[in-house]
Amino acid sequence: MMTRTAITESVLDVAALARLVEGPGHGAVATFLGLVRDHNQGRRVTHLVYEAYEPMAVKALDRIVREATERWPSVVLAVHHRTGRLAIGEASVAIAAASPHRADAFAVCRYAIERIKQIVPIWKHEYFEGGDTWIEGATADPDDAEARERAMRIACA
Amino acid sequence: MRVTVRLFARLRELGGAGELVREVPDGSTVSGVWQALVRDFPAFAAYEPSLSCAVNAEYAKFKTAVSDGDEIAFLPPVSGG
Repeated sequence: MMTRTAITESVLDVAALARLVEGPGHGAVATFLGLVRDHNQGRRVTHLVYEAYEPMAVKALDRIVREATERWPSVVLAVHHRTGRLAIGEASVAIAAASPHRADAFAVCRYAIERIKQIVPIWKHEYFEGGDTWIEGATADPDDAEARERAMRIACA
Repeated sequence: MRVTVRLFARLRELGGAGELVREVPDGSTVSGVWQALVRDFPAFAAYEPSLSCAVNAEYAKFKTAVSDGDEIAFLPPVSGG
């Protein structure tokens, strides 16, 4: 049985996520896939390795679903994030949001990916031609209201 | 009392392990556990301004008190997505 939030080493299936969230009252499902890109800041990326603090990462994904549902009560959201070694072109994150109308589905997809980058304890180790480096993004603080508002503004832009 | 320390990403590499067991005085806070680690691994100090922490897989504050058997995690800035 597929859960709405998951951290997994398996290949992501966005079509299955879309089926998981859709229902008869929904006129829209928006999906988002984050892919491993072959370049970053001038470096030629060969692959990425994702590491997660798994039980906490699942809780953070659940938190994002709760936040989204507070703001958009009619939306059903599912988020899966992958860990381990990923080749160029593979999906690292899959999001599906179903809602009665398209605007909310798009907004929730965007909100979810922005919040993932802020508060989910997952790290990318980038391997590129000539070396490797840990990518360090946001200092994670789920109670940072300003960060949450920023994600909300981007989602509703 | 005894706590388990979890380290991730670059911190895990600097510390040489993802999991450490540490004896800490009764009444310690997350901050106290961190300060003891910095004494063992001086390179950790650079992470202080950007670090997050968790107790038993829930986000916590550095002033949070820790108990015997707790799992204390130190999280470098995250980069999922």
